[in-house]
Amino acid sequence: MNKQKYSIFALLRNAVSYNENWRQAWRSPEPKKKYDVIIVGGGGHGLATAYYLAREHGIRNVAVLEKGWIGGGNTGRNTTIVRSNYLWTEAALLYEKSLKLWEGLSQELNYNVMFSQRGVYNLGHSLQDMRDIERRVGANRLNGIDAEVVTPGQIKAAIPIINISPKARYPISGASLQRRGGVARHDAVAWGFARAADALGVDIIQQCEVTGLNRQADRVTGVETSRGRITADKIGVVVAGHASVLAAMAGLRFPLESHPLQAYVSEPLKPILDTVVMSNGVHGYISQSDKGELVIGAGVDAYTGYGQRGSFHTIEHAMQAIIELFPLFSRVRMLRQWGGIVDVSPDACPIIGKTPVQGLYFNCGWGTGGFKATPGSGWVFAHTIARDNPHELNAAFGLERFTSGALIDEHGAAAVAH
Amino acid sequence: MLLIKCPWCGTRDESEFSYGGEADIARPATPDTLTDAEWADYLFMRKNPRGLHREQWVHAHGCRRWFVLERDTVTYRFSATREPG
Ligand SMILES: Cc1cc2nc3c(=O)[nH]c(=O)nc-3n(C[C@H](O)[C@H](O)[C@H](O)COP(=O)(O)OP(=O)(O)OC[C@H]3O[C@@H](n4cnc5c(N)ncnc54)[C@H](O)[C@@H]3O)c2cc1C
Ligand SMILES: [Zn+2]
Repeated sequence: MNKQKYSIFALLRNAVSYNENWRQAWRSPEPKKKYDVIIVGGGGHGLATAYYLAREHGIRNVAVLEKGWIGGGNTGRNTTIVRSNYLWTEAALLYEKSLKLWEGLSQELNYNVMFSQRGVYNLGHSLQDMRDIERRVGANRLNGIDAEVVTPGQIKAAIPIINISPKARYPISGASLQRRGGVARHDAVAWGFARAADALGVDIIQQCEVTGLNRQADRVTGVETSRGRITADKIGVVVAGHASVLAAMAGLRFPLESHPLQAYVSEPLKPILDTVVMSNGVHGYISQSDKGELVIGAGVDAYTGYGQRGSFHTIEHAMQAIIELFPLFSRVRMLRQWGGIVDVSPDACPIIGKTPVQGLYFNCGWGTGGFKATPGSGWVFAHTIARDNPHELNAAFGLERFTSGALIDEHGAAAVAH
Repeated sequence: MLLIKCPWCGTRDESEFSYGGEADIARPATPDTLTDAEWADYLFMRKNPRGLHREQWVHAHGCRRWFVLERDTVTYRFSATREPG
């Protein structure tokens, strides 16, 4: 187990020994024959689940099975916007739990996840947008979440390069601002949770694809994998865009459609944008990374798909939106483009809970906006698995809501992919 | 950009079309006798396969007619295209 603590002293000590003595951040063990809990999917959510199972519930005989490399799915492909200003109480409290965990995460994990609370602006471009924003800000405040409505003048004062001209095609009428929102370093989140989970005894097994779910009557007994059969009492599936594929292995149908979602980074620039700007109206979102790249996200491709790329014309739409807001970026060159596969649910909210199969739990449907929820999602999912019962924060997010009709419609707060 | 073959107009750019989701989902013939679970299945549950998918498209900026396509959701290759019904 890895006990090496990262600190300024460790940095100095390793610097004088030419950085040749850093130990591996986590082990790469051979899978055991049996675990108490198997987590399928080594994204941020799966790794966080394993960490909180070990940390909060004392369940340490746990394996995380990842078909590729950890964080290689949506966790490593997203635009890293973190906020909690969702409309409905159920969603707001879940995302706010996550935001609270973000605020202490680097200390908790002894790993710098570079969480930067630089504020998130959600722009409005019409009277109706502003009414929706005022309603959402009011709802946020009632739930104890920091939120403000700001005017075009206040936006311009904070972001001098933004175009607030009334002659714009979609003039900016105002925005909501969550100052505690921001961005984090996506890879570091996966690596930090992996290292901390490993230190508590969790086996992280990469290059191990789950190809079948074994069950006896109505109870799971284990998984078939590309590295052999592994048995377990409980299985938590956290595979984002592949949730329907895993559900089908258990004979279940889920209310999900997987879509490609793209993002881009530009060539590095000197610091020019020190906050996060999102707009549902023109459908764009942008921030600047610590390396200086503009990080820009697109909308989902219309069709369902598992190809991690996405359509060419989507690039043009995404760039149009950014140029509309920041005309001076028109000559910036884009450096890289990539795609992830997001699992979109009918009410733009996640599905976290038990399934009709005993011992089988699913955490999915985060769609275009689950990075912000990584710690909170792991926290409630670990509780759900350990107690075989959801935590009150995720009780409303079960699969049953599609039968009962108690949907939690977050299309307004989640409409722009993020 | 996908190249999509409309059964009436031939092969055109994806941006001329709108996507209509999974094909072959028929509205239940006797809605008043359906259980909640059957409603949920009809309204929300989808196959969402990784592989061959039968799906509906409409040639929105062309002949405006609907049709059914079979597409591989990993390679995005279309294997069959036909008129609905
Ligand atoms: C372009 C883009 C931009 C985004 N922007 C934002 C944003 O700004 N803010 C935000 O909050 N969210 C954003 N999101 C959404 C966010 O990335 C996801 O909701 C979140 O990262 C999901 O985390 P995860 O751990 O559940 O999934 P993933 O990180 O995708 O992890 C799932 C893992 O499961 C593995 N897996 C799949 N099948 C199997 C199998 N059979 N066996 C073993 N392993 C398997 C995969 O390889 C993968 O590593 C964005 C997404 C994309 C694609
Ligand atoms: Zn046509």
